Amino acid sequence: MTKKDVKNALNEFGLDLVNQLKKKKNPSFNVPTRTLSNVFFDEKSKTLKLGKKESARTFFNIGQAKKFLQTVEVAAVTKNLIDIDKNSSLRDVYYQVKRTIPGTKIELVEEQTETDKAIEDLEVITGFSREQLHVSANKNGSVAGNVVIEDKGDVIDWGKLGSGGWSIPSIVEAIQFKKVKADYVLYMEKAAVWERLHEDRFWAKNNCIIMSSQGQTTRGIRRLLQRLADEHKLPIYVLTDYDPWGFYIYSVVKYGSIALAHASERLTIPSVRFLGITAEDIEKYDLKKHFIKLKDTDIARIKQVSQYDWFKDNQAWQNQFKKMKQFGAKAEIQALSSRGISFISEKYLPEKIKKKDFLD
Amino acid sequence: MAEKTRAHELAERQREISVSEFFAKNRHLLGFDSPKKALMMAVKEAVDNSLDATVEAKVLPDIYVELQQVGEERFKVIVEDNGPGIIKKQVPNIFGKLLYGSKFHVLKQSMGQQGIGISAVLLYGQLTTGKGMHITSRISDKYPTNYFEVQMNTQKNEPVIAQEKIVEWNKSHGTRIEVELKGSYQKGRQSVDEYIKQIALINPHAKITYKTPDKQTIVYVRGVEQLPIEPKEIKPHPYGVELGVLIRMLQSTHSSTLAGFLQNDFSRISSQLSQQICTEAKLSPRAKPATIARDEAEALFNIIQKTKIIAPPTDCLSPIDEDALIKGLKKEVDAEFYCATTRPPSVYRGNPFSIQVGICYGGSLDKEESIRLMRFANRVPLLYQQGACAINEAILDIDWKSYGLNQSRGNLPSGPAVVVVHMASVWVPFTSESKEAIAHYDEIIKEIKLALQYCGRQLASYIRKNVKAREQRDRVNLFERYIPELANSLSLLSGEKKDVIEKNLNEVLEKGMKGLMAEIHEDENSEIKGKNVEFAEKQITLDEIN
Repeated sequence: MTKKDVKNALNEFGLDLVNQLKKKKNPSFNVPTRTLSNVFFDEKSKTLKLGKKESARTFFNIGQAKKFLQTVEVAAVTKNLIDIDKNSSLRDVYYQVKRTIPGTKIELVEEQTETDKAIEDLEVITGFSREQLHVSANKNGSVAGNVVIEDKGDVIDWGKLGSGGWSIPSIVEAIQFKKVKADYVLYMEKAAVWERLHEDRFWAKNNCIIMSSQGQTTRGIRRLLQRLADEHKLPIYVLTDYDPWGFYIYSVVKYGSIALAHASERLTIPSVRFLGITAEDIEKYDLKKHFIKLKDTDIARIKQVSQYDWFKDNQAWQNQFKKMKQFGAKAEIQALSSRGISFISEKYLPEKIKKKDFLD
Repeated sequence: MAEKTRAHELAERQREISVSEFFAKNRHLLGFDSPKKALMMAVKEAVDNSLDATVEAKVLPDIYVELQQVGEERFKVIVEDNGPGIIKKQVPNIFGKLLYGSKFHVLKQSMGQQGIGISAVLLYGQLTTGKGMHITSRISDKYPTNYFEVQMNTQKNEPVIAQEKIVEWNKSHGTRIEVELKGSYQKGRQSVDEYIKQIALINPHAKITYKTPDKQTIVYVRGVEQLPIEPKEIKPHPYGVELGVLIRMLQSTHSSTLAGFLQNDFSRISSQLSQQICTEAKLSPRAKPATIARDEAEALFNIIQKTKIIAPPTDCLSPIDEDALIKGLKKEVDAEFYCATTRPPSVYRGNPFSIQVGICYGGSLDKEESIRLMRFANRVPLLYQQGACAINEAILDIDWKSYGLNQSRGNLPSGPAVVVVHMASVWVPFTSESKEAIAHYDEIIKEIKLALQYCGRQLASYIRKNVKAREQRDRVNLFERYIPELANSLSLLSGEKKDVIEKNLNEVLEKGMKGLMAEIHEDENSEIKGKNVEFAEKQITLDEIN
């Protein structure tokens, strides 16, 4: 794959539409449907994959014209980015496309989610990733550990970056690992917990890498985790809140997500394990007094997640969902702090990891 | 002598409460629940009287309404008409005595019904300001103009004349009232402003000049120059009379025999039928009506209900004709389509009634909001208690989607439309004394629905022909705007010249214009599917995910 291939793919997308026009056809292109109904769980690779359902997007169709135009506009923007060899953020792309259509009161795009979607569409149309289209997301997440990398000529030691650690960029393809000295990677959804562990030098004492996001796991984090798992054979352990949303964070890292099923190959890590917080932890570490009552949306989400193909027949996970419903409650990772500020780094994590107390 | 019991003590305290006192304590029953509503009611009662009086006197109404704010929550209401005026000795009774009126004892389509209205305004004004009502009235230029200040003795329900004199007036006939009361002036759907706008709409033969508390003068000009047909008085139909009323009628009739009473005091009872009813009720046709006992009256009542009696005459009604209704709508609502219908008279419980419906659509009306429903009974706007009204029920009972409006379950339809429903009847069955909602009789709801559906069909046909065509033009127009944008980006992407692409796009548009309509619905499905992907609370923003 070269830059030229990406450019050619975009160019062909345009030429195909022009050829349709020359044949006096209503220009149209197909986009694979990226919804739950067109995503299946591939038992062999243990990842989510996109099905074969496609929907047509046609220009002379009042309900589709705007989306059609958005997609072509975004394609033109990315082609230009590649031409001038610059990266642009999702937000930049939005502003490059955003304008009022002359003679009307119609905004070509109203929300950034519309251009974001158009970029995802382009990924599936061209077969190239967002990063290859020179579009990046905001950086999100921090990492610390006994690791040295090289990024665009700078040599960076993940262990010597003060209290903030290294912020994970949206595109991690070009990073080279110079030295990786760790037994495993601990990935957590809470930045506050990461800060606690970093302050306690958890990664140095336990010879590991600690990584966090704030909420959902971004592509950059997923790709970085995958590279550490693939290239350095490191086990990855996931630590989330005790709620269906936390479980889903683990699910996305392990199996992939519905919206990005087309990119599963580059992002999913079938070997990751769920470290906590589990229903058993709640009982063992006496966290019930920090329970938060489940809301209706939580209960609906439990039902949804528990019925996903990849959880449906997993007894251990069904047990977790069942228990949560019985408790009628959820809990945050920080509930562990009630046992002492460094309880998590001195007792909970070492104990769990030593006993290999994980869910698969 | 027996010891004084508790019952004796109570008896000493029990005394007759006069009607006026009762209403003084229960003003909400007459609609004076809040200062805002009281102000509206005062204007309403006075204007209703003026419109009734002018039509009776066969004069085209010219009515002046003025509101003056005289204190923080105090207003002076002035209403002046060019009606027939009131003879001197009647003035105090009409304004200063509750339940005194010409309308309660006969059945005739009129705005007022119970004779409570204007005297209730006087009573309310007196209760809240201590002042009486000032009345100026003249019956002809051959007579002097009388001026009164009238108050009410609430215990006796008697008028008290506080002042009386002869004054100069530049009118040859008419009546002017001035009353001060506690009120609150607000704009909106239930305001005086709205009431006057609606009354002008439904009475297009009236000219109304309205001076607001902000000293703005609004003139509602006439839409038609003909007076509506004057409604006729009719005797009650036997089916419409309740037992209590029947007993009262028996007591007060001038007829000397029961058969004569039935024949003379009711409509649609022939001498043969009156004999038959008496026989079946096992009563003597020659019995004196006043001697009929309660259980005998009940037997009579039951037989009447079982006897087949032809429907009452319906020529007593004065429905608004379609043309006048459309003219009324045109002068008060800026729309592009107007239609109206008048249903033939029908009968509920022995009372004749007729429904008129008008619909206007498009123009300056709001596309996104609920339709605007205006309810009227005997040419009086009903601004309150829409939800309790039979008209509301009839509207909700219709599937408006088939008439080109949007509607979600259990709600008023939405779209750029105003719907006017008018019920004309000798006796409008209100749900309460404040006369704000029409009671739910099946016959009435059925007639309203038929009228609405008739107008609905006309509306649907208009929308089909004009609105859809315009929407399609809009679509083509929209594509024309999109084309240069697409040509530009497609040119950048493909390397083809922009004008070549633009030319081709225009050709495809022209060729495909006919097929456009067919494609419109296709996309909806994929849109809905797209929403299935659910992330919720924890997501940062969509761009950051995964």
